[in-house]
Amino acid sequence: MISLELPEAVEQTQKMMHGLAKDLFRPISRKYDDKEHVYPEELEVFRGLIGGDKKKSKVMPENVKKEKKDKKPSYENLSTVVMIEELCWGDLGLMMTIPGAGLGNAAISAVGTPEQKEKFASKWAAMAITEPEAGSDSASVQTTAVLDGDDWVLNGEKIFVTCADRCDVVVVWANIDPSVGKAGIKSFVVEKDTPGLKLEYLEHKLGIRASDTGTFVLKDCRVPKENLLGTAEISQKKSFAGVMQTFDNTRPTVAAMALGVSRAALEFTKEKMEEKGFTLDYEKLPNNLSAMERDFYKMEAEIDAMRLLIWQAAAMADAGNRNSLQASMCKAKAGKIGTEITQKCCDLLGPLGYSQDYLAEKWMRDVKITDIFEGTGQIQHLIVARQLMKLSSKELK
Amino acid sequence: MFSLEMSKEQKMIKDEVGKLVKSIVTDNANEMDEKREIPADGIQKAWELGASVSMVSEEFGGFGMEDSPVTTAIVLEELAYGDMAFAIQATLPSLVISPLVSMGTPEQQSKYLPLLCGEKYASATLAINEPTFGFDPVTLGTRAEKKNGSYMLTGEKCFVPLANTASCILVAAALEGQNQLFFVSKDNPGLKIGEKEKNLGLYALETYKISLENCEIPAENRLGGEQGCDYAKFLQKSRIGMAALGTGLAKASYEFAMDYAKSRTQFGEPIVYKQSVAFMIAQMAYEVDSMRLMTWQAASRLEAGKDAKREAYLAKFYTGEKAMYVTDCGVQLLGGHGYTREYPVERYYRNGRGISIIEGMATV
Repeated sequence: MISLELPEAVEQTQKMMHGLAKDLFRPISRKYDDKEHVYPEELEVFRGLIGGDKKKSKVMPENVKKEKKDKKPSYENLSTVVMIEELCWGDLGLMMTIPGAGLGNAAISAVGTPEQKEKFASKWAAMAITEPEAGSDSASVQTTAVLDGDDWVLNGEKIFVTCADRCDVVVVWANIDPSVGKAGIKSFVVEKDTPGLKLEYLEHKLGIRASDTGTFVLKDCRVPKENLLGTAEISQKKSFAGVMQTFDNTRPTVAAMALGVSRAALEFTKEKMEEKGFTLDYEKLPNNLSAMERDFYKMEAEIDAMRLLIWQAAAMADAGNRNSLQASMCKAKAGKIGTEITQKCCDLLGPLGYSQDYLAEKWMRDVKITDIFEGTGQIQHLIVARQLMKLSSKELK
Repeated sequence: MFSLEMSKEQKMIKDEVGKLVKSIVTDNANEMDEKREIPADGIQKAWELGASVSMVSEEFGGFGMEDSPVTTAIVLEELAYGDMAFAIQATLPSLVISPLVSMGTPEQQSKYLPLLCGEKYASATLAINEPTFGFDPVTLGTRAEKKNGSYMLTGEKCFVPLANTASCILVAAALEGQNQLFFVSKDNPGLKIGEKEKNLGLYALETYKISLENCEIPAENRLGGEQGCDYAKFLQKSRIGMAALGTGLAKASYEFAMDYAKSRTQFGEPIVYKQSVAFMIAQMAYEVDSMRLMTWQAASRLEAGKDAKREAYLAKFYTGEKAMYVTDCGVQLLGGHGYTREYPVERYYRNGRGISIIEGMATV
């Protein structure tokens, strides 16, 4: 039966995360926007609390974890996007640098063997995919891995690695057989102190400055054989598609980031409007309102629509259905609309929206990344269109 | 609970309505629009399916099914997917029946419901829209005044479907600053049915202007009796209803345009191989989903017994904007062909403007 009411357990998570965002993120939000590249040590309290192996996470209520034989509905993905919305309402950059909650941790937990999961359980794992010549086209990574005795030898350059400086290990995408193309792409866990791995540079960014982003150079970097995630077998059918499938689950979370940030901006705008005497009570028709009120309702409706598309993708994953289309739909919408909303809020806020005395200007800078990373808005539209019309990437380029 | 999966019953109802739409609505929609008429037998078939009376108790001639705003939204979307004019006319009696069931006094229910819930489609209609600039259903221009134990109604209404044949009209009017609903029977001397209207869209739906001049009605004709009715709740339900219509309409335009674009070849390949076309289709797709989810969100709140003022308001606003956007894309994707009345996207575009403008013409 259709019902869009959040289950109580998820509501509890939501409430708890909102509290954390408000009490722990907001007070240091400006501080680490100013102090780019400085590790926010206040976040140490989060270590082990959030991210990594969700099933062991202490903040996920017992009843939302999926048990194999349990037939009760699972709300694991729904809880995750709800959690991310709340934390990003607090601060997106800080959320991205919660110790131990790297993208690499998600990858290890998704495709790692039990031994690998055990071995890297306490490590903060970054993810290194992008290269100077492989952005949206992640299938064209040039980094190579060659087996030499009991080691894989990695060579290449990785850019835009989140948590590059702070992480303990890096999950590196490399090709073990360039002659078979993207089917040869595998991921490797590389410890930070491995000789041959060098953190070359930290980026200076438009937003999410609390989160460090770096470039790694791998030069004859030897990692133990057992650090290859999953299997070394090359399967033309599964391999790369399998890697990309892990993004079906992360796209809604990126959309949830856009949602959290833009909701923060809209709530602040509402606060200021109400201080000025506007009554926002969903009464009069939009046509009979001032331009500012109409803009407000329009943005609020867009925010609801974003959220519902995200929840739709999450609910499908929770029900065990493939949600690739819905995951891309929600990210396509959220990246675009989130960006527009934060821009408009700054506009409506006037001088308050342009000043660093308030966070609105920061939110406008922060949210922009959600329309770029883990597949730009344009890539998402491509994926959606291809899936809807069953077109190949050769037909719809 | 959070779930976007329909229950078995919801699926079954959707399928039934879908079959009806496919067999008698979709392919005839153009002809109905051109002839400005909806064949009575089609409406009768929808009536027999229970489109308006399913949640009325059996005692009064209904099906006695549970009143589910979400299920009703599904039905409205499905009907409007076929044709919006058909959807409005087929469910028109529910605009009177639904408020009667939820807010009428026992006397009003036993007086009107058996008349409205018979075997034949019973036309009863609603007069809420007014032909004034800046019209807003929360600040009605039509007034009701209490006078010698009865009410006097004064005002002008427009977009009243089937006003010339309806046995009774439910009229929205302000009584001492409070919006209320009143039954006006067709033979009331203070009621004047005006000319048949010509509108931008919905050609197939006959609508009329009516005027109420010293229209005296007995006190018991106020919906809910002395205590009156919860007009705000009525508005919530109708906003969700309009949002559901918008979703169905937009879905029709999106699907037609996508199929067309897949088969339309220019420069030696289907036009969907072009990103500018493909991206438009992607956007239409997620906007249709958004519209449906906004509608369901509001309906789901009502179903959970919660207030849906905010959600219903935003659902109507959102679907009003996006119905126009999606149907515009529909015409654009067909280019010159989309501008002709040979293809349905032209009709969807005209009908699409109605979602934001028209109030109260569907209810959950």
